[in-house]
Amino acid sequence: MLTNEQSAQTLPEFTATAVQPETETMTGAVATLQALLAEGVDTIFGYPGGAIIPIYDALYDFKEQLNHVLVRHEQGGIHAAQGYARSSGKVGVVFATSGPGATNLVTGLADALIDSTPLVCITGQVFAHLLGTDAFQETDIINITTPITKWNYQVTNAEEIPEALAKAFYIARSGRPGPVLIDITKNAQQQKHDFAPYQPCTHIRSYRPKPIVRPEYIREAAALINQAKRPFVLWGQGVILGKAELEFKAFIEKSGIPAAWTILGAGALASDHPLNVGMLGMHGNYGPNVLTNECDVLIAIGMRFDDRVTGRLDKYAKQAKVIHLDIDPTEIDKNVATTVPVWGDCKETLPLLTALVDAKLHPEWHERFRVHMEQEVDAVIREELFPTSEELTMGEVIQQLNELTGGEAIVVTDVGQHQMVACRYAKLNKTRSNITSGGLGTMGFALPAAIGAKFGTPHRPVVAIIGDGGVQMTIQELGTIMQTGVDVKIIILNNRFLGMVRQWQELFNDRRYSFVDIASPDYVTVASGYRIAGKRVEARTELKQSLQQMLEHPGSFLLEVMVSKENNIFPMVPQGCSVSEIRLK
Amino acid sequence: MSQQSSIDRQEYNITAYTENQVGLLNRIAIIFSRRKINIESLNVSPSEIEGIHRFNIVINETEEVVGKLARQIEKQIEVLKVYYNTNADVIWQEMALYKVPTDVIAEKAIVERLLRENGARAVVIRKDYTVFETTGHREETDNLIRVLQPYGLIEFVRSARIAIIKASDGFNSKLREFERREPSTEPAENEYLNSRDKVFTM
Repeated sequence: MLTNEQSAQTLPEFTATAVQPETETMTGAVATLQALLAEGVDTIFGYPGGAIIPIYDALYDFKEQLNHVLVRHEQGGIHAAQGYARSSGKVGVVFATSGPGATNLVTGLADALIDSTPLVCITGQVFAHLLGTDAFQETDIINITTPITKWNYQVTNAEEIPEALAKAFYIARSGRPGPVLIDITKNAQQQKHDFAPYQPCTHIRSYRPKPIVRPEYIREAAALINQAKRPFVLWGQGVILGKAELEFKAFIEKSGIPAAWTILGAGALASDHPLNVGMLGMHGNYGPNVLTNECDVLIAIGMRFDDRVTGRLDKYAKQAKVIHLDIDPTEIDKNVATTVPVWGDCKETLPLLTALVDAKLHPEWHERFRVHMEQEVDAVIREELFPTSEELTMGEVIQQLNELTGGEAIVVTDVGQHQMVACRYAKLNKTRSNITSGGLGTMGFALPAAIGAKFGTPHRPVVAIIGDGGVQMTIQELGTIMQTGVDVKIIILNNRFLGMVRQWQELFNDRRYSFVDIASPDYVTVASGYRIAGKRVEARTELKQSLQQMLEHPGSFLLEVMVSKENNIFPMVPQGCSVSEIRLK
Repeated sequence: MSQQSSIDRQEYNITAYTENQVGLLNRIAIIFSRRKINIESLNVSPSEIEGIHRFNIVINETEEVVGKLARQIEKQIEVLKVYYNTNADVIWQEMALYKVPTDVIAEKAIVERLLRENGARAVVIRKDYTVFETTGHREETDNLIRVLQPYGLIEFVRSARIAIIKASDGFNSKLREFERREPSTEPAENEYLNSRDKVFTM
């Protein structure tokens, strides 16, 4: 175990009779980079500063092995690392300096914790002897980030670096993934030490990332499923994080159970799969919401019953027996009482369950979903995707994009109305194709996350869909695109409002539009200043051709689409209402 | 958090076995403060196992809430195990010290009887003041305050609660099991998962 400053005295020393492993003398900074290489890191998103200069100095000699992306703001760095992690499945790595550099990571850490994104953030810190003296650019980042990290640790001595980083990567990527922050004082970066060869961490005494799968629960769950007349599957990002997409598909295809997704789970099963009945939650599809309160067995897989999914909890699926599969035992019974808890990694539990469930089709039950979908098409979807109004809708932009990309693109969204539209209507053929800020709802997420996603999966097209509010929160990252030449397609859906808040003010505050009327710069001119090609679309006749132009353009492209100012997102489960009370208009 | 009324609340003793790690106290404390739950008593001490610390935390809450809190605490990386128990399920003690002016107490009280009746003892006797100490439940230590008030009680302090779980055969064997498997990648498991109450473990 690591200890605090006394670690030097408490680490076991090799005796003369022990086999001495070959050590290598290097600085803590070099040891940090060697650890990253040993952990398979290829890309780092970062921003240098005084307290992390030794690590940046060492990085100068590692340019061939480690690709460092210089962002324009540390928040952009951490969101980029999130995009990288979400698209590639690897751990995202961030460098930031002490003080303001470190505090600028806070939003991204909170976002990554709630959305279970594996990150290792390395922050510089003032010299150990200055800790607690209010030194220049000193901030207590360990205590600031304690509630928003899966684990964090301050290194004050070079000797601790390999073990701290080994633990950091193991904790970040194992079990339910999450962000880890390692704060390294400047003296520890500069210090030379004889380091033994790097040892990855595979076990921590006080940390059990995967609960053991319990066969009796699998049997109980299968029995419930086999007796069910109206079973319903809800899946979340756990299926993606567990790399269990094939196991999940096999389970629902054998059991014939209709399945709906949370926005972070989108894409784990192709959009057009016949058993995919749509999106859950506040702006999800009509059928999945209404029928949640009519199913007899609810099977939740790798999702956490977020309030945006459940609506009013005391009127949520009370008639159903609930089976909950989750790797994180704290999620079981947290919001919804379970009948059968299936602790474990769904990559392991799903095949066991599949083996025990009967092959069924549930045709009448599926018909119910189909009927509800028809109602939703008539009331909402047709007009959104194929509008008869003069103004452009967000939905038709997504619809056209689907036609052009065929569902092969990674879609990165910001937060707000455009996010709900994109999540509802984007066609996703592959897993890890929908990258969005779900739990935290972080405006400003999409532009940097799209940059990171492209670095994580350079072979796939990446399209960022952003609102006029969110894009102005991290617009400086256009500079990162300019400098790296990364190929990101940016669609700004500009409705000249902070649309989601405006919608709430319209529906619940008597149209008292309080400070939601946001002005925008000329985005095409701004992009041009960053040497990024761009175009503005105001008419339907230009839309398809402009999207085509954007997709075919070699390199990044910014497309601003002027959409209807006061469109509302429906269906909607108003806050405080049950999922049965979902409104179509 | 729970919709249950305060009527369902009672004192719970949370026992957490943890690594001895800087910052862990804060990591555990914020689990309560985030939910605006007041910690009534907190004691951190070594446990029967070298290098493993033991937190005793007392809160007033419903069982539903305390169960969720226990899981959240056990989820923290450096926490090995968490139990929660009602007062009936533990043997618990608090210690208290009382400072009174020596001249008053010597002159006005039958000190010997006072000590015997309250299970107290004198720790320090100086010319200017005397310090008594007693150990017991809240009502016992509170009672001595009342007894000593007429003699000009100068200072009073009570320790955090320490508690031993009646039904537990100790964590020692469990930990030995963990350590025996180290550095296996097999997660250790335990028999309490099925019970889903009184104790929580991954």
